[in-house]
Amino acid sequence: MRVLAALSGGVDSAVAAARAVDAGHDVVGVHMALSRNRDQFRTGSRGCCSIEDAGDARRAADVLGIPYYVWDLSERFEQTVVADFLAEYEAGRTPNPCVRCNEHIKFEALLDKAVALGFDAVCTGHYARVERRPDGTPELHRARDLAKDQSYVLAVMGPERLARSLFPLGDVGSKDETRAEAAARGLSVSAKPDSYDICFVADGDTQGFLRERLGSRPGEIVDADGSVVGEHDGAYAYTVGQRRGLRLGRPAPDGRPRYVLSIEPVANRVVVGTAEQLAVDVLAGDRAVWFDDVAGGGRPRTVPCQVQVRAHGAAVPARARVAGQRVEVKLDEPLRGVAPGQSLVLYDGTRVLGQATVTTARRADVPA
Amino acid sequence: MTAYLDHAATTPVLPAAARALAEQLAATGNPSSLHAAGRAARRVVEESRERLAAVLGARPSEVVWTSGGTEADNLAVKGLAWARRAADPARDVVLVSAVEHHAVLDPAAWLGAHDGATVVHLPVDAEGTVRLDALAEALARYAGRVALVSVMLANNEVGTLQPVPEVVALAHEHDVPVHCDAVQAVGQVPVRFDELGVDALTVTGHKVGGPGGVGALLVRRGLALEPVLHGGGQERGVRSGTLDAPLVRAFAVAADEAVAAQPAEAARRASLRDRIVAGVLDRVPGAVLRGPADPARRLPGNAHLTFAGCEGDSLLYLLDAAGVEASTGSACQAGVPQPSHVLLAMGVDADDARGALRFSLGHTSTDDDVDALLAALPPAVERARAAGLASAAPAGAGSR
Repeated sequence: MRVLAALSGGVDSAVAAARAVDAGHDVVGVHMALSRNRDQFRTGSRGCCSIEDAGDARRAADVLGIPYYVWDLSERFEQTVVADFLAEYEAGRTPNPCVRCNEHIKFEALLDKAVALGFDAVCTGHYARVERRPDGTPELHRARDLAKDQSYVLAVMGPERLARSLFPLGDVGSKDETRAEAAARGLSVSAKPDSYDICFVADGDTQGFLRERLGSRPGEIVDADGSVVGEHDGAYAYTVGQRRGLRLGRPAPDGRPRYVLSIEPVANRVVVGTAEQLAVDVLAGDRAVWFDDVAGGGRPRTVPCQVQVRAHGAAVPARARVAGQRVEVKLDEPLRGVAPGQSLVLYDGTRVLGQATVTTARRADVPA
Repeated sequence: MTAYLDHAATTPVLPAAARALAEQLAATGNPSSLHAAGRAARRVVEESRERLAAVLGARPSEVVWTSGGTEADNLAVKGLAWARRAADPARDVVLVSAVEHHAVLDPAAWLGAHDGATVVHLPVDAEGTVRLDALAEALARYAGRVALVSVMLANNEVGTLQPVPEVVALAHEHDVPVHCDAVQAVGQVPVRFDELGVDALTVTGHKVGGPGGVGALLVRRGLALEPVLHGGGQERGVRSGTLDAPLVRAFAVAADEAVAAQPAEAARRASLRDRIVAGVLDRVPGAVLRGPADPARRLPGNAHLTFAGCEGDSLLYLLDAAGVEASTGSACQAGVPQPSHVLLAMGVDADDARGALRFSLGHTSTDDDVDALLAALPPAVERARAAGLASAAPAGAGSR
């Protein structure tokens, strides 16, 4: 196959590309330039947007003996991932930019261009497994190393794009194993630190980034019965479940900690309450993407499954009521701090059934 | 079999130059040393200096060895600007054509950003030729203030030959020295330092079949030049650094051979170039030749075309996969391809400029190379156009 290996400059994508070469594919390396103002060197936790990272990617391609190109997808990234990130926070929701990047950049802009240029597949360093049924239909599964599993952020791509994706690291036992393999292959990025946080937010300061881009919008912090308990500089800077940084003017009557329960963007209010009030067991989602016949040809149906609502959270048992692009999930046990905008991914064991974006999260005993 | 059509980037080392390099590498000796080994090395360096000077119509004392074209350009732009201003503090204006190589543009920009200089980019016409009326106007407007003018002999991207003698005539009326980057011109068109009348001329080894890492700035006798590199005082204090006898010897051998072959090679390359231009325009819809339409006004080995709707990088990849090696002709920033400043200065639309390809011919080029290109290019353009559409940002992107 002709394979385009996305090279971030990190160790995972380099080893993934090496494995694709070993598998006998005709591999070309591409580094995506996603930021217009590229820093010369890595700063803070940023992991893929510096000139140094582009150089590391190029060096890896040279070691593997494959061609290397830089594709400038910065405009598309700004228009989709960054714009969505800002719009979602502005609307009081909690976006996952990595999911949006996989949806719009890696497995759309990059993949579409690759296919147009004659490539058969895109290869990335994600930790997830693709298994093929006898009829060739691909299934997305959790990685062998559950600690590194990234199937949660990949589920958004859906089955057609999965059919053109290679994740050679899906069966790696651990990140240490990847690093050892990189070192054995002579890849100089073997000891490079992992990237965390959001690549386009310098120094991991999300609040500062939002303030800079969205400006100051002072408003009230209220408790569940509407009394004002504090003030804020912009409701967009708060996330459901957040406890720190509320700076409430007075302690709650019961003396117990307060958490953000919801954001009301129109009223520009942040609602706070107790930990118990955070617990939800009914999640509604839209923009669903299904991997097999879960959607049931449009007829609503109920599917037993496990639900995961954040990248590094556990999956909890649930029953999903599926109706086309919409889904309502009843959790067996409540979860705390589920925010609109988060991705909910449905699993059957290790297999991804589908994903949707949370629209509402509530208690079953409280009407929607 | 690969078709190498990127001789403007670098060209294969001539066998005679490779032999001279290998032979000299086996000899020990710092040309600045006084013992026998040093004297032997010095003799090689000075014979090479005499040889290069003879080949380019200069005096031996006018040759300043450098590490290559970029260093020679830096020495000319900064060295002239500093020396002129030291002699007359009013001379703080640097005039450079808008289509110069970054090795000229960036030192000029540095002088503007860090040294209080006023940098003026001389505009070019649609074919990339510097506008003499704009030069005359700038010289008049900044009368008494211009430190130097820098205009290249031949543009590295679109191959435009510049009216350097006319530039010299205008500048010298105002007592302004002229620097000329002739890196792309040597071996392709006649280059005589004495006949051009310029005050400083940049040449480099690896574009004429010599090794990389060596070049020279020809500097008119009596022209004051501040050094950029300070140290052991080699090259009359203008350019410190131990001279590399193997490199300068191989460079001089290559320049001699390339210039001797120039008349015949120019005709041969021009006919190959004409085949490329005619063949591409015939086979590829929407292809546009950039640079002068008159073949006599461009480098014989240069064909530069744009392909609307394509990204140059996609074309490079597809051609590379088909065994054809070419270039977009323009630099990238942080690895990200940028629309060429040369094309933009010529008034080419930024989107069209993204789909640029430069095919450059050299002493090893053959009809087979042209055949390979003409076979590979049409399907590559078709595919790159499809990819360009695929990766274009969709309308309304940004909404969820």
